[in-house]
Amino acid sequence: MLMKKIGSVEFNFLTPELVRKMSAIEITTPETYDKDGFPMEGGLMDPHLGVINPGIRCKTCGQQMRQCSGHFGHLELERPIVHSEFGKKLELLMQATCKECGKILLPDDQIAKLKEMSRGRTVDYTKKIVLKTKDVKKCPHCKGEHGKMLLDKPTNFFYDKERIYPTQIREWVEKITNEDIKLFGYNPERIRPEWFIPTVLQVPPITIRPSITLDSGIKSEDDLTHKLVDIIRINLRLKDNIEAGAPQLIIEDLWDLLQYHVTTYFDNNTAGVPPAKHRSGRPLRTIIQRLKGKKGRFRYNLTGKRVNHAARSIIVPDPYIDISELGVPEDAAKELTVPEFVTEWNLANVKTQIKESTAHVYIIRPNGTRRKVTEENREEILKEVDTGYRIERNLQDGDIVLFNRQPSLHRISMLGHKARILPGKVFRLNPIVCAPYNADFDGDEMNCHVPQTEEGKVEAKRLMMVRDHIISPRYGAPIIAPKEDIVSGAFALTIPQTKFTKEEAMRLLYSMGVTELPKPDLGKNYSGRMIFSHTLPKDLNLEYDSYTHKILKKAGICEEDCKENCKHGAYVKIVDGKLVSGIIDSASLSEGKGIIIDTIARNYPSEVIEKFYHNLARLTSHILTEEGMTASLAEFDISENARAIKKRVLSETLRKGEELVEKYKKETLEIIPGRTLDESFEIYMMRLGTEAKEKVEIEIMKEKLDYVLCEKVIFNTIAMILAKSRGSATNLMNIGGFWGQASVREGRPKKGFDKRLISSNEKGDVGIHAGGFIESNFLEGMTPKEYFYHSMGGRQGEVDTGVSTKVSGYLYRRLANSLKDVLAAPDGTVRTAANNIVQYTYGEDGVFPKNTKRGVGVDVKEEYAKMKSGN
Amino acid sequence: MDFEIKDHYLVPEHVLIRKEKVEELMAGLGIRKESLPRISKVDPAIKLLKPKKGDVVKIIRDSITAGQTVYYRIVE
Repeated sequence: MLMKKIGSVEFNFLTPELVRKMSAIEITTPETYDKDGFPMEGGLMDPHLGVINPGIRCKTCGQQMRQCSGHFGHLELERPIVHSEFGKKLELLMQATCKECGKILLPDDQIAKLKEMSRGRTVDYTKKIVLKTKDVKKCPHCKGEHGKMLLDKPTNFFYDKERIYPTQIREWVEKITNEDIKLFGYNPERIRPEWFIPTVLQVPPITIRPSITLDSGIKSEDDLTHKLVDIIRINLRLKDNIEAGAPQLIIEDLWDLLQYHVTTYFDNNTAGVPPAKHRSGRPLRTIIQRLKGKKGRFRYNLTGKRVNHAARSIIVPDPYIDISELGVPEDAAKELTVPEFVTEWNLANVKTQIKESTAHVYIIRPNGTRRKVTEENREEILKEVDTGYRIERNLQDGDIVLFNRQPSLHRISMLGHKARILPGKVFRLNPIVCAPYNADFDGDEMNCHVPQTEEGKVEAKRLMMVRDHIISPRYGAPIIAPKEDIVSGAFALTIPQTKFTKEEAMRLLYSMGVTELPKPDLGKNYSGRMIFSHTLPKDLNLEYDSYTHKILKKAGICEEDCKENCKHGAYVKIVDGKLVSGIIDSASLSEGKGIIIDTIARNYPSEVIEKFYHNLARLTSHILTEEGMTASLAEFDISENARAIKKRVLSETLRKGEELVEKYKKETLEIIPGRTLDESFEIYMMRLGTEAKEKVEIEIMKEKLDYVLCEKVIFNTIAMILAKSRGSATNLMNIGGFWGQASVREGRPKKGFDKRLISSNEKGDVGIHAGGFIESNFLEGMTPKEYFYHSMGGRQGEVDTGVSTKVSGYLYRRLANSLKDVLAAPDGTVRTAANNIVQYTYGEDGVFPKNTKRGVGVDVKEEYAKMKSGN
Repeated sequence: MDFEIKDHYLVPEHVLIRKEKVEELMAGLGIRKESLPRISKVDPAIKLLKPKKGDVVKIIRDSITAGQTVYYRIVE
């Protein structure tokens, strides 16, 4: 491939000479079309400027519509006009130079000094010069008077409060020598200041301002054409008036009008100039409006690309489809098409499709011509179609599509799915696949793209399918994992009390595709564990603490060394794919930590984890709908016993708090190393609050465990907390116990009134109650003061989430943009798009995080254990 | 200054490598010297090696992921 390297890019001013030279024709009349509807010679629609109608040849280059990209024309202005974008520059130039001789208003020695500083280069000293010449009243060279310059933005100049016209300005800046102009930062080889007051305008080709013929036959012109017509019309009137020797006043009025039209032709949003309107009252979209901003050429058309073969809709959860599947609405599937090669193997199939399809079907002949299948030509096409043809058929079950949710922050924001055409108008997504997209179902919309080439399809299938991305490429742990309902369901299923009759077991097992009923393990009944075991691979062996078991240990219900003989059956033991004991909860299934999914995703082909999720989603949905899982306010209320404990802890905390305050005031408090007395005191007070909360929290949790540990289990908030699928012990504590210490930025709230948080407190009171401690809970309700403290903490949370999402989002974007072309080369080095080296070994160790266990490439302990056991 | 910058624990070891070695390295990577990451001629870490423009510096760094890693930079 021929590759050329761009050495440098230089932006320059288009010289008037060049404008005339590159012009295809001079535009002289404001008429666009004559009365027969043909473009006027010398008009704005002159065929020399390019072609917009098919079949016509360009009068300049002789090419047809698509080939000819258009040609510029030009327009001679009767009187020069100030270019509105350069008003400020002209003002500065005129402020710093003499009207009479055009020299810089500085003594020779100072000018020489600047020239010496620039060493012959073009350097911008405008600011320096203008600062020094601000108060100069007399030219040091020709001794002429120098008056005050004033710019009435954007284009009107006043010299000593008297209007000066573009012709005069032009004469003035023409006098500035090439040597002097360098000091203002203009390279005289490329640019002259008199060009800021153009006498000639470029007329853009018609290809960038095409006229539209409406259905009614009326021609509608582009905004730019309208504006150019205005300019030419006024230009002609100006010419006539000058030739007729009209009074100066009338000429000046027309001159100003011409200035207005040229100004708005460049920028219709110039400050201080009323925007030019269309007949309908809509402001015109002129040159700058076309380019600028979000809807401008750059951001909208050049950086923003749009594609075909895509669909967008609201997403909805559907646990009954596989994780690698995507429920595509019928309406979308009728619009989306896939080109398919006709071979001898699918010829018959293709023919039936052509025969039966109700939506649009196209055929593509081997020579590339396309033909739509209609009622009239269906029979004919059926005869014609043969191998070597392609057929553009509608999306059908099993087609590979890409699914994506913005913001696409990482590679797993776009994954490959197998389409499943389903009724309705929304995309259906297995809720297990929410995490990589960061999607929820509160109205999120997502995009679906259909690969059009065989290469695209294969690439999507081999590299992008959901089932191959269970392990996150960022930290080497499962990211596509069940949460909330499915985890709760697994908990409800595998808790020892759950039993199923033969009929129920049959239904559950059949939903997983098991057709042979195993022997019951609990007398006549089947345990939930047995049902669950059918989801596991037959050679899986695992042993670990479930999350529930950890809580039971913490609550003192299970002993520290409690294992498979746990009387609550919480210790997980899987032998040869059979769940011998244990509750399946978030320790087995959660994102990042779930041991079962981690093991299955790593050690088995990806179809196994897909099947596992398929069965799990079905089982858990079933058990949740049968058993129900719900929350009631009653389960948050605490017993008399717990109430007493709470009371005791609170009074104890209060006492300790008073002691601390006393010690603090006497300065006998033990100071924490590296902290001041004040800081230490604050830390102690904070600690006091959290300790008190922890004490009561564990008591409440213990008491609530009964809901789940008793014979007749109730699946409620407590079950969810134990499964760690939703809610926490702290939530229980906040509702039924007490809120504890309010905190702002990891400390007790401080700011507010002078030396106190709220005006009803004593000034200088540092005690526990004045420092934001909340004894009430949500169930009882807080006192007004407590409510205020609580709000202080709440406000911080609100502000932090707002600020951190904004800041981190932008930071991430900048990083991602700068790293987007950096890639790992086949030899293991990391290179930029220009083939420059960034790293000599990817990540310095050459290890892809996805193939690690939580970032560890080789787990030495595990490898040792494997060697020891002889595997 | 009363200590050698190269002896500081945060400064990795910098060595100039021989011409033949450079050519070997470039051949292995299939690039020209200009594609290497750059280092200033007056960078304090290599000042004492008296580098010339176009020399290649080998840097032996500590690495969180790999323990130790080798990096090459071209003097400019």
